[in-house]
Amino acid sequence: MNQYLLSTYVVEGQVPGAPSTPEKMQTFMERVIALEAEMDASGTFVFGGALHGPDAATVVRAGDADVVMTDGPFVESKEHIAGFYIINADDFDAALAWARKVVDALNHPIEVRPFRATGRVKDSVRPGA
Amino acid sequence: MNQTVAAHRETTDVERVFREVYGQAVATLVRVFGDITLAEDAVQDAFVVAIDRWRTGGIPPNPAGWIVTTARNRAIDGLRRSTRGRELHEQLAGTASTPRRAGDDWEEGEPVSDDQLRLIFTCCHPALRTEHQVALTLRLLGGLRVDEVARSFLVSESAMAKRLVRAKYKIKAANIPYRVPAEADLPGRLRAVLSVLYLIYNTGVDDPERASLRSEAIRLARALVELMPDEPEAAGLLALMLLSESRVPARREEGALVLLRDQDRTKWDRTVIEEGHAIVRACIRRDQPGPFQLQAAIQAVHCDADSFEATDWPQIVALYDHLFSIMPTPVVALNRAIAIGETEGPGAALTALDAIAPDLDNYHLMHAARGTTLRRLGQRDAAKAAFERAAHLAATEADRRFLAQQIEELTEDGALRQHRSDGLSGPPNETSAR
Repeated sequence: MNQYLLSTYVVEGQVPGAPSTPEKMQTFMERVIALEAEMDASGTFVFGGALHGPDAATVVRAGDADVVMTDGPFVESKEHIAGFYIINADDFDAALAWARKVVDALNHPIEVRPFRATGRVKDSVRPGA
Repeated sequence: MNQTVAAHRETTDVERVFREVYGQAVATLVRVFGDITLAEDAVQDAFVVAIDRWRTGGIPPNPAGWIVTTARNRAIDGLRRSTRGRELHEQLAGTASTPRRAGDDWEEGEPVSDDQLRLIFTCCHPALRTEHQVALTLRLLGGLRVDEVARSFLVSESAMAKRLVRAKYKIKAANIPYRVPAEADLPGRLRAVLSVLYLIYNTGVDDPERASLRSEAIRLARALVELMPDEPEAAGLLALMLLSESRVPARREEGALVLLRDQDRTKWDRTVIEEGHAIVRACIRRDQPGPFQLQAAIQAVHCDADSFEATDWPQIVALYDHLFSIMPTPVVALNRAIAIGETEGPGAALTALDAIAPDLDNYHLMHAARGTTLRRLGQRDAAKAAFERAAHLAATEADRRFLAQQIEELTEDGALRQHRSDGLSGPPNETSAR
């Protein structure tokens, strides 16, 4: 068993293909709920959700005495991560099949990236078990 | 002296066998170990052992099986010796493709041809960029050395090595599977494989030193057709390769390229042409045309003609028009322009060539086609300049020799003309050109 990060991005504050009317938002939410239920039922869903905007982010780093904080995201960019799923999949092609479903439900591009569990997550997930 | 020569010949034989068995051995070991780098290292180790043993004991009757068995045993020994290896070894023992389970096939040490098919779908996975797909396939299945793959891409050896490392890293990290894809994914995945195989075939055409790549590409294409009898493009690719292959004996003379126009058509391999024609006819009956089937159909028309002049050029132009409508690339446009030269004359061909020249300024065949067309129009100096530019860009010795001949002929003609009169190279005039 492998794990993958499926992530979506906002571009300049806009989510490409985002629902534009309340009705469309309603069907969008229904699609996402159905997708997540399907992920859950098949043991695919590990974790996921949406992120608040990059304006709400804070960068924290080690300083001389105390940590130093900077207002804003780590990477100054037009694109920011908007949300993600961590999924279980047998291999890359299986992850791609889920990626297709996510793209269909969200109606915008996603990035698929292999996820390497460490520490506690690794113990609880035990890839290969 | 004689001893040196004999030793050299043995070395060459061993190298040739290495190249032939590399792809089979790596593919089979990837199945066993589930890891490309491990498989490659193991095969490399086995080659080191083979160099010693084969030089004294001779090349075994089944060199691929010998390499696979030796590589497998040494890899497993190596894994047992290291801590990380022990972990990996245990991990392998827990997965479906374990050495133990596969061990049953191993007693014979016989590589399985399906392994190469599985590996090619991994190498040509659409999640890998094209240059990585081709590099992996040439390296892992074609058995080319890294420097040879680098040369066929016109990049440095270190750049190619990095490219291969990156591609293998992605396959491993993302766990890109090692299997023939599921039915639903097959058409899309097949397209990538077909393009890669055709590129490999053409590498073998460009370089007679690598003629084995052609038979390798044809062999893999046959296997694909067998596996996917309902996929007309796979058949189209096989036909395209066969029809191109049939003309190989006539394509070179004394190391220089011979143009289709000047080829001795009695040297064409009729048996291969018949096989290619039969496949093209079957494709036409299916009526699901695609890029490879159309290219095969074009080659079929060429192979059908007893002479260059007897070629059904309008049919070829029509096929290029169809091809361009579904594959609008500059190279298709170039070939179409050359065909136009035979139906409408060199003036029309030059107009068509000039339209695509900026897109193909670094492509030697475009300049060679311009050279030929300009010469037909009587523009000798411009023709010579085009051939010189082509020779400068040409990658293979055969092409350079051919282009050097053209330049030499134009220089001689030019010198003769200089004595007679000046200003012979007047404005383009189709009717006087030919």
